Amino acid sequence: MVDFGGWELPQQYTSIRDEHLAVRKVAGLFDISHMGRLVVEGAGAEAYLQHLMTNDLAPLGAGHAIYTLMCKEDGGAIDDLVIYRETEDRFLVVVNASNREKDTAWMRKHLGQGVTLEDHTPDLSLIAFQGPKAHELLPRGSSETEDIPYFGFRPGKVAGVSGLISRTGYTGEDGFELFIDSKDVVKVWDAILDEGKSAGVLPAGLGARDATRLEAALRLYGNDMDETVNPYEAGLGWTVKLGKGEFVGRDALVAVKEQGAKRTLIGFKTEPGNIPRHGAAVSHAGRRVGVVTSGTHSFFLGYPVALAMIEVPSFPVGEKIAVEVRGREAQAEVVNLPFYRGSARSVVAPAKS
Amino acid sequence: MADRRYTKTHEWVTVDGKTVTVGITDFAQAQLGDVVFLELPSPGRKLAMRETFGVVESVKAASDLYAPVAGRISAVNDKLTTKPELINSDPYGEGWILKLELAGELPSDLLDESEYKKVTEGASH
Repeated sequence: MVDFGGWELPQQYTSIRDEHLAVRKVAGLFDISHMGRLVVEGAGAEAYLQHLMTNDLAPLGAGHAIYTLMCKEDGGAIDDLVIYRETEDRFLVVVNASNREKDTAWMRKHLGQGVTLEDHTPDLSLIAFQGPKAHELLPRGSSETEDIPYFGFRPGKVAGVSGLISRTGYTGEDGFELFIDSKDVVKVWDAILDEGKSAGVLPAGLGARDATRLEAALRLYGNDMDETVNPYEAGLGWTVKLGKGEFVGRDALVAVKEQGAKRTLIGFKTEPGNIPRHGAAVSHAGRRVGVVTSGTHSFFLGYPVALAMIEVPSFPVGEKIAVEVRGREAQAEVVNLPFYRGSARSVVAPAKS
Repeated sequence: MADRRYTKTHEWVTVDGKTVTVGITDFAQAQLGDVVFLELPSPGRKLAMRETFGVVESVKAASDLYAPVAGRISAVNDKLTTKPELINSDPYGEGWILKLELAGELPSDLLDESEYKKVTEGASH
């Protein structure tokens, strides 16, 4: 068990390798109840969230979710989050575990007329069933999910238990994030594992979660970005909708966009055995250019992959760089992101139809 | 195995005449998690007691390997190059790391199984 934002989470249930491969080839089940779940509700809810978030929620229809950043006035990222529009005036906001208190304080500070904010983290559990076969391996007593689009969600049943079924995830694979009342969640967890066991479904821990999200080049707040990093530097400029109107951080982000980001998040790979670790120096042509933000050995790809924040606008794919591994320089090669594109249907949330 | 001895740094040794086989313990592999790579020395090299002779790298961390006894390396487990996971699946068998020709006497501070168990019980809390 490791401490993760105050929650005790298993690094692995059995083996990171087995769990990682199960997610890529069959499906894995993650307990992600450490993520914060906030409900924003009221006639002013949309305007309120539009003011705090970089992405545009106006086109988001009920039953659809969107990935967004929440920034400070200076454009630094407070958090990255997913917002689910349940109805015209009710939103479910899922935030990082380590940022829940910070986010809640920031959001409360900006609360205005006609909006309420409630923290439902303890009573609403969240588990993620992820993998190319997750859809077909949902247990008996589950609602039909075929017509739920990527980044779509709806109320439904899983193993006879009511909850919200969302076609979202953090692995690059097709699959679901399931919001289930905490008193019923164990029943759902057990049913998915019992019925999926013969097909190769495994419970998956933080190790597999980190490896799969990294292969999919999904950012981890606290590693790949923090309050000193703006969305453009994190390669998340697509979440910033400058044309939607005023929002916190907009002026700063307009300036960044005009001048161009000074730093860039890049992906690179190394030879097997040379695992770049968070914080390791990255250099190019003998000059230090940046630092590793995330790195791991990919059991699926067969070599280590890493993200690094570099102090230059970019490197072409194929460029040879060097990274510090065990106190020495190891050769590395800049590659396209994501490292691996899984079975997830699309990376873009659908707009309101 | 009754004659397996251990170090506080989580290596094990078995002794057959002058030949000492070295590996890392089951406790060590469990703490490391899935091993993905080993950096190992070549046969012929002489190791001093507690000299760092290699690195075992898991998904979580890289850890140094220490020579539990002094001696000359007579064999290295080449299988670990392609199957580092043997360290996890069979740490006391197929996951052995190297063999040494013992120089001098066995050190007196090697631990027996019950002594080593006390070390791990202290470490896991």
